[in-house]
Amino acid sequence: MTTAQETIVLRGHIIDSLILAKILDLILMMGGSFDIDQVEIGRTREDQSHARIIVRAPTLATLNHILRAIQPHGAVVEREYDCVVQPAPADGVFPDEFYSTTHLPTEVRLNDTWVDVQRVEMDLGIAVDLQHMTARTVPMADVRKGDLIVTGQAGVRVIPMQRPRERDVFAFMESTVSPERPHSHVIADVARRMRLLRDERRAGSGQAKVLLAGGPAIIHAGGRDALTWLIEEGFIHVLFCGNALAAHDMEADLYGTSLGYALTVGHAVPHGHAHHLRTINRIRAIGSIRNAVESGTIKRGIMAACIRAGVHVVMAGTIRDDGPLPGVITDSMQAQAAMREAIPGVGLALLVASTLHAVATGNLLPAAVPTVCVDINASVPTKLADRGSFQAVGLVMDAASFLNELARQLGRSM
Amino acid sequence: MSRLLVCPPDYFDIEYEINPWMRRSNTVDHVSAVRQWHGLMHVLEREVGAVLERMRPVPGLPDLVFTANAGVVVGRRAVVSRFRYPERQREEAYFEDWFRSAGYDVVTLEPEFFFEGAGDLLGFSDCWFGGYRQRSDIRVFPLLSDVFTREIIPLELVDGRFYHLDTCFCPLSGGELLYFPAAFDMDGQEVITERMPEGSRLVVPESEALRFACNAVCVGKHVVLPAGCPETERQLQSRGYRTHSLPLDEFMKSGGSAKCLTLALD
Ligand SMILES: NC(=[NH2+])NCCC[C@H](N)C(=O)O
Repeated sequence: MTTAQETIVLRGHIIDSLILAKILDLILMMGGSFDIDQVEIGRTREDQSHARIIVRAPTLATLNHILRAIQPHGAVVEREYDCVVQPAPADGVFPDEFYSTTHLPTEVRLNDTWVDVQRVEMDLGIAVDLQHMTARTVPMADVRKGDLIVTGQAGVRVIPMQRPRERDVFAFMESTVSPERPHSHVIADVARRMRLLRDERRAGSGQAKVLLAGGPAIIHAGGRDALTWLIEEGFIHVLFCGNALAAHDMEADLYGTSLGYALTVGHAVPHGHAHHLRTINRIRAIGSIRNAVESGTIKRGIMAACIRAGVHVVMAGTIRDDGPLPGVITDSMQAQAAMREAIPGVGLALLVASTLHAVATGNLLPAAVPTVCVDINASVPTKLADRGSFQAVGLVMDAASFLNELARQLGRSM
Repeated sequence: MSRLLVCPPDYFDIEYEINPWMRRSNTVDHVSAVRQWHGLMHVLEREVGAVLERMRPVPGLPDLVFTANAGVVVGRRAVVSRFRYPERQREEAYFEDWFRSAGYDVVTLEPEFFFEGAGDLLGFSDCWFGGYRQRSDIRVFPLLSDVFTREIIPLELVDGRFYHLDTCFCPLSGGELLYFPAAFDMDGQEVITERMPEGSRLVVPESEALRFACNAVCVGKHVVLPAGCPETERQLQSRGYRTHSLPLDEFMKSGGSAKCLTLALD
């Protein structure tokens, strides 16, 4: 999807002479597009104007064709520089002026060639390998002394998002979170994408993964069966959650309660809250969730479905956790790294009922991954957008209704 | 008083073809060319009252007569041309020498920026126009505009027969413009109408444009132009100009006429 692009500069009396207009017309007429990066219009008639324009075209050939046509009118391809790299001064420390990434597709110029940065993710550094002419993002904690890190802005370019070909809710990429918005349309678009991704996966693609990051409200609110069904049907391939979601899910299987509340009737069961701790204790005794499922102790539910369907589960701990369950990663940086490992190949992300996991996952996702953020509280999608995940479509509704409707649209009969 | 740089046609000929008017087979009648050139000089000196500076002609440089392409002169400063075609690049050194010996501050441009002097840069006191695409490179105009702190509006020349701005565009001393619109693209035509008030634009008919009616020398109320352009003359006269039409067809064989044979030095 990366299109060919080049930056041109133009100066002179380009406004009154219509030269700027002529160049922009030519670009469009020849099948390109442009972004005016900068224009400075002369204040008086004698003052000259300046423009810096990014020209884009679907192919390199078209781009070159356009450049050839606009050069006689004074468009000059901007002199481009290689990016500037500096060695990391110590393990876990970037050079002072390190370039901090966005989650948009990014290229760096190495020895006069533009190279794609691998694994786009926001707020990281870029490490380059000059020998192999490659570049990849690197988290601050993972940098090693001497790694060559891109500094400054020169020789780095960020490619804005192109509208996806599909004309669905994700094509608009605006985080509208209105509760009045017809939810069923958004959910229908999500369902359609999930069906497509499942087909691609069944056709053998290792990509095309659907990621769900969820909080325990999924269980309390009654979304457990729907999510279990989605996993069993092969619609979900990666699950990010915390200790609570897994514990409540298995508590429900063992005791029929969630944090001591009877799920079916919705009232507190005497000594119910102990069920939660007993569940965690039981799994700790067995050694792992996998063993608990394979030995038949845990029979149904989200975790059981994940084990059986081979879903890649990453459980990240927090300081309020009980236990935790075996498999919960309590070192936040390790948890982040484990989540990061699961991102490549994700083609759709569902962030459901968890501020913490929604923001953490949003931080890791490239802007190109269609993302839905579902929460009963409108501030969650807003927060996600504020943190930079502008591609996320917000859906203000409760987790259970979302999952039930999604499962229904994907063919689950109730 | 108006001073003009000229160069006698001793070696004028058609030795190469770098514009659609030039045909090597179309030989110059040397005697007639000399006579026409002297006829022009006579009118300029005697009737128009211009002062002529004569450059020494150089064997092997047949287009040196077209001094309009020497460069552009403003006050004591002269910017020397950079010709697009190698055939004419050898003239640059001679023009530069002349400017230096005449005491001008000579400004030279980067070699990759083609600029053919007053052939492509014309205008009024406040606003200048630059012809590009055929000979001069549009990128010289911002540089010249830095040098002279003048607005320079580039105009794209779209018809190869009108390959220099002075073949289709002639600012007059009274603020009017004599021009042939079809030599410019739509944007250029729009810019010209935008800049030149209604009534100040004298449009030359195609048949006369093809005789280089626009390649005229205007000094005060005098306009010297090639013969065979009665409609242009009529328009000029109705604006109070005195027209002097002269046979210059030997120079037309090279794609030049009255204006090309002179360079205004002020
Ligand atoms: N200012 C002018 N229009 N000069 C005429 C130049 C003619 C010359 N043979 C050329 O093609 O360059």
